[in-house]
Amino acid sequence: MQVTRLFAAMSLALAGVAVSGAAAAQTYVKIDGSSTVFPVTEAVAEDFQKSKKGAVRVTVGISGTGGGFKKFCRGETDISNASRPIAKKEMDACKEAGIEYIELPVAYDALTVVINPKNDFVKQLSVAELKAMWEPAAQGKVTSWKQINPAFPDKPLKLFGPGADSGTFDYFTEAVTGKSKSSRGDFTASEDDNVLVQGVSRDINALGFFGFAYYEENHGKLKAVPIVNEKGQAVLPSNDNVINGSYSPLARPIFVYVNAKAAERPEIKEFVEYYMTHGSKLAKEVKYVPLPAKAYSHNMEQFKAMKKGTKFGGENKVGLTIEELMKLEAK
Amino acid sequence: MNQQELQSLRDLIGKHKRYDWLFGILGILSLMVGILTFLALFVDMAIEGLGRIDAEFLSSFPSRRASEAGILSAWVGSLLVMFVTAVAAVPLGVAAGVYLEEYAPKNWITDIIEINVTNLAGVPSIIYGLLALGLFVYTFGLGQSIITAGLTLALLILPVVIVATRESIRAIPQMVREGAYGCGATTWQVVRDHIVPYSSAGIMTGVIIGMARAIGETAPIITIGALTFIAFLPNAPFTGEPPAGPFDWLFSPFTVMPIQMFNWTSRPEAAFLENAAAAGFILVFMTLLMNGAAIWLRYRMRKSIKW
Repeated sequence: MQVTRLFAAMSLALAGVAVSGAAAAQTYVKIDGSSTVFPVTEAVAEDFQKSKKGAVRVTVGISGTGGGFKKFCRGETDISNASRPIAKKEMDACKEAGIEYIELPVAYDALTVVINPKNDFVKQLSVAELKAMWEPAAQGKVTSWKQINPAFPDKPLKLFGPGADSGTFDYFTEAVTGKSKSSRGDFTASEDDNVLVQGVSRDINALGFFGFAYYEENHGKLKAVPIVNEKGQAVLPSNDNVINGSYSPLARPIFVYVNAKAAERPEIKEFVEYYMTHGSKLAKEVKYVPLPAKAYSHNMEQFKAMKKGTKFGGENKVGLTIEELMKLEAK
Repeated sequence: MNQQELQSLRDLIGKHKRYDWLFGILGILSLMVGILTFLALFVDMAIEGLGRIDAEFLSSFPSRRASEAGILSAWVGSLLVMFVTAVAAVPLGVAAGVYLEEYAPKNWITDIIEINVTNLAGVPSIIYGLLALGLFVYTFGLGQSIITAGLTLALLILPVVIVATRESIRAIPQMVREGAYGCGATTWQVVRDHIVPYSSAGIMTGVIIGMARAIGETAPIITIGALTFIAFLPNAPFTGEPPAGPFDWLFSPFTVMPIQMFNWTSRPEAAFLENAAAAGFILVFMTLLMNGAAIWLRYRMRKSIKW
């Protein structure tokens, strides 16, 4: 048939070009993965490339944490951005392909629960209250603020959150309902956080959650809700509160995973070292919470010693402080 | 004819003229729906983004700082991908169209091919992306490169080019063919000297429509793995690391305008929205430029036809 003939002709033509083009090799640092980690890695890539005057080419894609690991475990990328630790399935896929990796936390993100600035009855929320709002059993039943806390008025509860494909959604549901991806389905979901910002800023009865950076850029339109931690303190998200561990359990570490074999290449080594040296300043600039200096030097040691594997054993740990994170040992 | 009959005739004509006039208004209104929607979007985008457009915006790479970010890698990527698309889709599409019109026997197999080609035009673009991911990226090992993107979009617009080719071939009067065959020309001679030259204006129109669709496509390009941050340009021919060939740029990683825009609209900083609007304005401008060039070419070709 016509189509097969077209394909046959095209594949012939392609084979010719492929042979002639395969010879040229450039030094690339290929990075892909989470959109949450993207701004930090992008900033590092931008400066690193400038410092090398274009001798090394860095590319950063956005395929999501899961999509990034798929490519990473096929050996297509050198570094994978991840907004959660590598999962069991992904560990197996990497193992099967013989890909080993070094896990490096690069910053913290504080998931921020926001309400409309005109909302004057919510002063703080506990994890239990968030659970009452978001758990699957609440679907269609919990529709009024009064059902969350009798002190709240009987006003309709309008919920906004990221879509089910995002790592932010995974982490929030795990921290709040105890199980990743376990959430009510009847809320306004969008993969674009700016849509959520718009939604909450226009509806006085709305509540939503997303990464800290989106709150930071929209202070006037939104109000962050202090979250009650295990010690019973209501804490607002901020750099200090994440670093001292009091903003819990909605603070989460974000990671890069470096292919261990690629790490032997000089350009990858230099890039990772650049990341660990300048990561703190750059993370802050793009509105993420940087790790303390000793965490980056700890990372550097781990990287130089080529400590392979994950410290999470394929599971996400909720409410991990920076101190606890550094104490974890790779298994 | 008496006065009364004349009057009623005039009334009748008047009534029909009113309908005529009414339809004209209706037609203009229908036209306005499309044009005004486009204008509103375009003006909105221009107001927001025009302030950002300067030489620096066009010659800078993306950056974490909105005021320093530019679209150099994006517009160069879009242009190169479009070039590969045109180079691949036009010969294939025209050859397929000519075959179907001039060579193919009129039987059920040809009918099935015809139906398939028409249906292909309605396949969602992401399907082409998935096909390309399996075929070009993995099977042929072309990677996530400009050539993969160009060929993917070529497949996408192929049905449009084929259908346009066939339509314009059908518009050529039968007597042209009969005259040529009468002089003893072979089918190939008829195609080469008459069919393709006479139908080229119509083919150009099809190509324009196809390319205009392709330049704004995002889904298939994302599926094959275009990148979001890329701060270098593909190597110009013979300039990369030795041994540098003339076609190294085909295998370079890339990004395109719609992806850059999409990335900017989802940023938290409002300043990036301005960048996105500016990039959108440039994208529309690029499309217009491309269409303009094609229309001019078509005009030149029409002038050279003598029959």
